[in-house]
Amino acid sequence: MLPAMKRPRWEILAESATESLIRLCGVSAILFVFGIFFFVFREGSQFLFHGFNLREFFFSQEWYPTSERHVRYGALALIAGTASVTVLAMALAVPFGIGAAIFLSEFCGPRAKETLKVVIELLAAIPSVVWGFIGLTVMNPVIINLFHTPIGLNVLNGGLILALMSVPIIVSIGEDSLKAVPDSYREAAIALGVTRWQLIYRVLLPAAKNGLLAAVLLGVGRAVGETMAVLMATGHAVKIPTSLMDSVRTLTATIAAELGEAPVHSDHYQVLFIIGILLFSITFAVNLTADLIVRGVRGK
Amino acid sequence: MIFRCAFSRSRRAAAMLLAAALACLPAACSRSRGPGKTIIQDSGSDTMVNLAQAWAEEYAKVEPAVSVEVSGGGSGTGIAALSSATVDIANCSRRFQPQEIAQAKKNTGKDPHEVMVGFDALAVYIHKQNPMEQITLDQLAEIYAEGGKLTKWSQLGVKMPPGSDEIIRVSRQSNSGTYFYFREAILGNGRDFKLGSRDMQGSKDVVELVANTPSAIGYSGMGYNTPEVKALRVSKKAGDPAYPPTVETTLDHTYPIARPLFMYTLGEPAGATRKYIDWILSEAGQKIVLESGYVPLPKAGAPR
Repeated sequence: MLPAMKRPRWEILAESATESLIRLCGVSAILFVFGIFFFVFREGSQFLFHGFNLREFFFSQEWYPTSERHVRYGALALIAGTASVTVLAMALAVPFGIGAAIFLSEFCGPRAKETLKVVIELLAAIPSVVWGFIGLTVMNPVIINLFHTPIGLNVLNGGLILALMSVPIIVSIGEDSLKAVPDSYREAAIALGVTRWQLIYRVLLPAAKNGLLAAVLLGVGRAVGETMAVLMATGHAVKIPTSLMDSVRTLTATIAAELGEAPVHSDHYQVLFIIGILLFSITFAVNLTADLIVRGVRGK
Repeated sequence: MIFRCAFSRSRRAAAMLLAAALACLPAACSRSRGPGKTIIQDSGSDTMVNLAQAWAEEYAKVEPAVSVEVSGGGSGTGIAALSSATVDIANCSRRFQPQEIAQAKKNTGKDPHEVMVGFDALAVYIHKQNPMEQITLDQLAEIYAEGGKLTKWSQLGVKMPPGSDEIIRVSRQSNSGTYFYFREAILGNGRDFKLGSRDMQGSKDVVELVANTPSAIGYSGMGYNTPEVKALRVSKKAGDPAYPPTVETTLDHTYPIARPLFMYTLGEPAGATRKYIDWILSEAGQKIVLESGYVPLPKAGAPR
């Protein structure tokens, strides 16, 4: 961009047009997020402020949106369903995911690493409806036979499926953050004569802990927001689970199953949007936390 | 940095998806609006979706200039679509409720017009290894209704292998016409379902889950019967004779939980839609009802 350089007029125009287009793309992401939040909130707001029973919503497990006698919107069982499946998924996915990330970044040779990364990314590319189908047709009989339970569509099934779905995210972000630890740390530690285990436990994990935490939180976000797979694998029963073998229903699955039918702007429709607001708040909080933690990494 | 990286990747994917969707749009439009083709949109009941599909396929041979597009989703979905005038015909395995008629009238200015197109016996399915053969309506209510006392197979006198004594209730999602009909016919008096039933999204899913679960019980249209499950004989009350769900028992009203199937249009059907419904009510259309596993209208003048 030297002033002496002569450029045709159209080129300058094209450049500024491209620039503003790219800027628009950047801004649009923010616009979309706010637009979605505004829409979800607007659809649910009328009932939220008039006639919505917050106490019933959070503390009652009676979900009877189409009852003829007495309509009740108690979401406690749904919240418990989402929480139980997510907690189980994380209990399985975090050790595996972090373990795999450590293996990939520290132990494995370059060729095996490439192969493994491709396979893990492939795992992330499987559509959630396929996962749900696996849960419904493969895992259901396996769980019935293995645990002698009457039905295999339960917390365990949903949790396993969700764990498999969140592992790729945890692995790839976890591996990135381990790789971001400067090699000088490793060299210094090895020069002090540490074993490999000590290197990982005492040096790498503390150094990469923010990135790893962010990886875990993004995995949580994935698990909370997942719909189709849990709809198919958890059995879709309104119940507070007391064991891994109980069927549950999650918040997301409830929206998916019921929104199509609920007459537009009816109370039921608005309550489903209020569930949407709740989910949005949960994932927003989780992502914000992850982002703040990563910012913490950068600030150092 | 890590975060930004993950973000940009997902955004690129979204952009590609959008581009693909935009590219497909004109193609999709031109295909569905072919020269001189009339489209009839038909949506609703999941119980009827196979039947509606069979009608549409057969009608394409009879009347090549008309194309009927069928989708399922549940009676409630069809009702919602009809009252926003996005479909021409709503398939329903239950009647419109008064407030739904009012809603449709408010939105479109027209009354929904009802045509009975056949019958379905609501079959009660159990696993094929379950020794039970028949059930009464009271027992069904006690199994499914809120506050009902039957939760174990042993209470019904059925011996199950250890660990599977609990009755696994399989039900439908709350917009299903089958769900509404079952609630009205079996539970009665506006009673609600017991919480904790496995609520499936489709008629077929109910049968599939029951086929895979030895201690399950579920209800679904008779057209979805397979060799993997057993349809129970049903009696009105203990001591009464129990009948299996068949064409005969439906037509002579001995099977207690049979229901009519409807098609709804906005106002009196006209033009291509009218011709289509007339064809469905004709002998050729009714033959397909039987072939799809449902019960056709009685020959000499439909009741009502």
